[in-house]
Amino acid sequence: MNALESLGRLTIRFLEYAGGVAALAAEAAGFIVRLRVRIVETINQAYVLGTQSTVIVLLTSLFTGMVISLESAVQAVQYGFGNVVGGAVAYGTVRELGPMLTAVVVAGRVGSAIAAEIGSMVVTEQVEALEALGLSPTRMLVVPRLIGLLLTLPVLTVFADIISVGGGMWIAHEVANISPQDYITSVRQTITMTDVSKGLLKSLIFAMIVALVGCYQGLTTRGGAAGVGKATTGSVVLAIILIFTANFTLSYLLFR
Amino acid sequence: MKRGEPIIELDDIELAFGEKIVLSRLSLRIPAGEITCIIGLSGSGKSTTLRLINGLRLPQRGSVVVKGANLCSMAHAELIELRKSIGFAFQFAALFDSLTVGDNVALPLRENTRMSDVEIASTVRETLEMVGLADAIDRFPAELSGGMVKRAGFARAVVTKPEIVLFDEPTSGLDPIVTHLLTDIILDINRRLGATVVVVSHDMQSVYQMADRIALLFEGAIIAEGSVEEVRASDNPIVQQFLQGRDQGPIPI
Repeated sequence: MNALESLGRLTIRFLEYAGGVAALAAEAAGFIVRLRVRIVETINQAYVLGTQSTVIVLLTSLFTGMVISLESAVQAVQYGFGNVVGGAVAYGTVRELGPMLTAVVVAGRVGSAIAAEIGSMVVTEQVEALEALGLSPTRMLVVPRLIGLLLTLPVLTVFADIISVGGGMWIAHEVANISPQDYITSVRQTITMTDVSKGLLKSLIFAMIVALVGCYQGLTTRGGAAGVGKATTGSVVLAIILIFTANFTLSYLLFR
Repeated sequence: MKRGEPIIELDDIELAFGEKIVLSRLSLRIPAGEITCIIGLSGSGKSTTLRLINGLRLPQRGSVVVKGANLCSMAHAELIELRKSIGFAFQFAALFDSLTVGDNVALPLRENTRMSDVEIASTVRETLEMVGLADAIDRFPAELSGGMVKRAGFARAVVTKPEIVLFDEPTSGLDPIVTHLLTDIILDINRRLGATVVVVSHDMQSVYQMADRIALLFEGAIIAEGSVEEVRASDNPIVQQFLQGRDQGPIPI
């Protein structure tokens, strides 16, 4: 009976959370569709959210591309497939690792910052003050962050793809003596614009996950500084789980 | 609405957070144009009562009628419109810490009116002058003292010249001089704007100085209500214990 009760409670909590995020998404979409967007604040958020993550995204992507190349280049040359290393690195990067790793890094860096900032505003009554002024917290806080991430995450993903493939090229040349020309030719033969577009479509979905989970965690913060900490951690954990889940689902639907 | 006519009517309110009943059978009429102070013990539901008036909380039972409209049966969009005519000064001011004092005060004008930037700048300066903060227009909330933060919160609450202004513990945690200054500002707001003012406080000196009417909230309901003289003359032992600040008496400590 206790196990059933626990399962029931867990299910209710999950449904409440999912319903809350969905309602927040619907409300934000309503403001966007009616063009009730604070342009200056949105540009500011896009700048802040994008620049906050650029260095860390570039570093993680660079080393990811390098390690894929390191693991595959020597083996591929041994078996006479040196001419496909560029394609292999680009294939994995553009379709899977680029969008997903970028989103995971952004979830850690930006999603947590969104949850902490909005959570702090909740516990210091700033969100209630917005409501008291007749202003919607969704329009004032959620919409600019959502659009900001929708604009910047695909751009960061493109940067991540380029630097990852570039890092792979350098390592392939250094450890397996694969020429940059062969590497680039292989990339061109393997990757199509459709792959890039689908990767970017993934990054848009991930942007929504990071922004909405961060905002929802922040807006539902309770209990002072400890609550802000819990909301921040929760936003990162949940966003990462959802990114991995969505990545599998999208890959299944888009690349099958 | 004429001065003295009820502009806010709370009727038979019941409100609970989970299993904790905060307000029970609370009824209160607040007259237009006057300063009504709601007093009571800490945790007695004073701030919650204030939040009922602008619809930040809705009761589980009873009705909240503001300017003739029942908040409990209002559409969300109507409630938002109503809130624009009610100023709310929070206990800890709740200033937006990423904005300067000037931008904090300008926010409701920028978002809720069609005023030009020049008109907004002039109104903001005028309002900050009213609370004695014109020099702090470009400063951030973190750079202000406690009293200045409260005054900036006052300015943001009244910048749209609302018909009703709600003050949550406006003088808590401040020295007697700043308390006196803030009390004078509230009186000035009431006089200049002709606004109905509702103040939640347990600073009795300040309450006696500004209140036209006092309502004492105890165990979720109003147990005494009237002019300062009427409430002070009450023979209810709970009222007398509270007003005299005695630890002996019927109020459980």
